[in-house]
Amino acid sequence: MSKHPKNQAGPGPRSKTHQEGDPNTTGHSWDGIEEFDNPMPRWWLWTFYVCIAWALIYSIAYPAWPMISRATPGLLGASTRADVAAEIQEFSDRNGPIRAKLEAAELTEIASDPELADFANNAGAAVFRTWCAQCHGSGAAGVQASGYPNLLDDDWIWGGDIEAIHTTITHGIRNTTDEDARISDMPRFGVDELLEKPQIDEVVQHVLAISGQEHDAAMATAGAVVFEENCAACHGEAGEGNRDLGAPNLSDAIWLYGGDVAALTHTVVYSRAGAMPNWNTRLSEADIRAVATYVHGLGGGE
Amino acid sequence: MGILDKHKVIETNASLLLVLSFLVVTIGGLVQIVPLFYLENTIEKVEGVRPYTPLELAGRDIYVREGCYVCHSQMIRPMRDEVERYGHYSLAAESMYDHPFQWGSKRTGPDLARVGERYSDAWHVDHLTNPQSVVPESVMPKYGFLTNKVIDGKYIEDSMKVHRIVGVPYTDEMMENAVADFKVQANPDGDYDGLVERYGKATVRNYDGTPALTEMDALIAYLQVLGTMVDFSTFQPDASR
Repeated sequence: MSKHPKNQAGPGPRSKTHQEGDPNTTGHSWDGIEEFDNPMPRWWLWTFYVCIAWALIYSIAYPAWPMISRATPGLLGASTRADVAAEIQEFSDRNGPIRAKLEAAELTEIASDPELADFANNAGAAVFRTWCAQCHGSGAAGVQASGYPNLLDDDWIWGGDIEAIHTTITHGIRNTTDEDARISDMPRFGVDELLEKPQIDEVVQHVLAISGQEHDAAMATAGAVVFEENCAACHGEAGEGNRDLGAPNLSDAIWLYGGDVAALTHTVVYSRAGAMPNWNTRLSEADIRAVATYVHGLGGGE
Repeated sequence: MGILDKHKVIETNASLLLVLSFLVVTIGGLVQIVPLFYLENTIEKVEGVRPYTPLELAGRDIYVREGCYVCHSQMIRPMRDEVERYGHYSLAAESMYDHPFQWGSKRTGPDLARVGERYSDAWHVDHLTNPQSVVPESVMPKYGFLTNKVIDGKYIEDSMKVHRIVGVPYTDEMMENAVADFKVQANPDGDYDGLVERYGKATVRNYDGTPALTEMDALIAYLQVLGTMVDFSTFQPDASR
């Protein structure tokens, strides 16, 4: 702003130090120090007035003034709750037809319909990253040795065709919230004293033997008898596993909780019982089908 | 100029200026703050929200002590992307017994407002012990030491007393049984009928899988209740709020 506005006129107190052309002073004088009575810059003043007007308009248009039980709703009817509901509805409507198609399709035929497969794989990937990645990993490689299965390989405990995967996702495994959850219940051979300590050591050596690892041949031979009597009913004569019972294949190099002596002994003594939630109460059928398609397509699907 | 000329009286009297400034600030404050205590949308009660059980409360203290709030928020905002990822947006009532609330505004990790019952207890133990073992890309520190810290609920009644002073409706019965409830929640073999009767929907599990009652039990008990109190299959949101 100008130091000497020319439009200042009118009577104002003048002192000895007041020069010709100076604006009026405020009239105060402290120890001879005076203060010019400059006006506020116009641009500033007008911005200030506009802000006040804007605040008034805003408080009429949007929820603002507190009343007895609730605030004034505002003329525009703004509501974040209604907005988010409308937005979700909009996308749900947009995806409606293809989701309906996904729900109606035969599981085995999803992959052969390019449009449906494309949608299912992308939607399934999003579902997987939101709900499954925490245990199975963002790349679906699971955590070997911690009981979170790898979904990329072709080793499946409960079956790897799309229908089996769909059932597993829908009902989960060993949860208490779905009656149809997949259940397998390996006995705790050590804790419940079903086997003696030497027998456990022997059967562990036998499992090392059938999985092609280094082992004590004599103990493994003895362990074969223990295996035959206690384990083969579920895991099979040769330890090849049984998907109907959820008994893992023990003769390959893929382990859910580790395949060394310590891990195997722990498994026999304490048993293992990893759980997976049932997703039928959290995800829609279309989402479950989408993520089943995605998992099936990761490489291990049968 | 009339009244505008009178300001000289105020400007030349510091005490009067102070008193009047205080008056102006008080009125401004009251107009903004008081409605929060009576407007329906800020005091909306929602069915299912209950005070934390003693063990959950202790877990909450550990959550605050370890600074979990620095990286994790506990408020799902009403936006589509958040609702689709985390679940129903948070309601004010869901944090009505939080002192202080854990809404937060910084998300290095994901929002935890609805983490309850989303993962198994075993997953939480694995993840808290070594986050990178289950989420390789995670930058979260390790909290395995919680498993080694045995707790006995010595101060839980004091903590509940303070919460009661600030308005959490802990009953006398809850106070009397505080330590017993504290211990039984992590012991599925114990007599937990009283706990369930007093607190309603409460889980009773050996959260950390070890025989001892540890800070890990408490923290997981707390995490597993987050966002699970309200049944959203029956909750009807009032759109004007």
